[in-house]
Amino acid sequence: MAEEYGEFRALRYDRETESLNLSFWPGSVPLQQRWRNNGLSADFLGDYVTTFFPLEDDNPAARARQNEIRGAVAFIANELLENAMKFHDGRLPEPITVHLNLQPERILLQQSNGVSAEAAEDFRAFVQRLRDNDPGELYIQQLEESALSEGSAGVGYLTMINDYQAELAWRFDALPDPGFRVTTQVMIRI
Amino acid sequence: MNALAGEGYEVEFRPDEDCVRMSGALRLGGLAEYAPISAMLEEALQGRERLVLDLTGLEFLNSSGIATLSRFVISARNHAQCGLVIRGSNEIAWQGKSLNNLKRLMPSLELRFD
Repeated sequence: MAEEYGEFRALRYDRETESLNLSFWPGSVPLQQRWRNNGLSADFLGDYVTTFFPLEDDNPAARARQNEIRGAVAFIANELLENAMKFHDGRLPEPITVHLNLQPERILLQQSNGVSAEAAEDFRAFVQRLRDNDPGELYIQQLEESALSEGSAGVGYLTMINDYQAELAWRFDALPDPGFRVTTQVMIRI
Repeated sequence: MNALAGEGYEVEFRPDEDCVRMSGALRLGGLAEYAPISAMLEEALQGRERLVLDLTGLEFLNSSGIATLSRFVISARNHAQCGLVIRGSNEIAWQGKSLNNLKRLMPSLELRFD
């Protein structure tokens, strides 16, 4: 049984769509070493999409747009990878996956990982809080709270929503082993 | 001069110039890993009337870094005797998007884009 929050857009594989898949099992190398790959992978995805937003002579707007799209993809991909590493439960038979789907009018970044039933419960409550509150207010509130505590939960998602006008959706699929596969989809319009 | 550096980034505190400069790509794993940078920023605030945080070479900052900057700005707001200037670059996409939020945390913050 799957629960969904927010609107999932269909991934496309037609002639107008470019896509890339990454998938890995984080237990195979230590987290510290693996963390480095978040940046490499995120920068790669950001650079990869720039091919489809070429520079034009005498058009500074094209350069700004390329720069903006590269920055947005690299930031979002990095956050999704960091979250996957932090919350993935290596005991579950689930890899971490990241998928980039570049469609004519939008970019979808979709990431999935396995989490324990307990972690899924906490994350569901967080998703609910995100959906029930004004993201601008919640962002400032989280930043003020993170000044007082050791946590900065949700600043990444809130930055995507507030600063990159991203739309987010989540799916929780129950696994036969106790636990869930959590899928996060981030959509930005281009 | 005090400096902290790691793979792909550098943070330098230049007391004689009242300036902390962050450059490169910062994507440390969580607030705990940012603690040495937070400590350097806090130290820079002490006993100063004005501090410039120069981010014009900071190409990338993850959300833990954004939270670290926010904590620092809140701390500067609470140290009312030190004026804070943040210098950003129009060439770096994340800065145009995310630095303005810091002004919401500290209205007296001076944000300058080169």
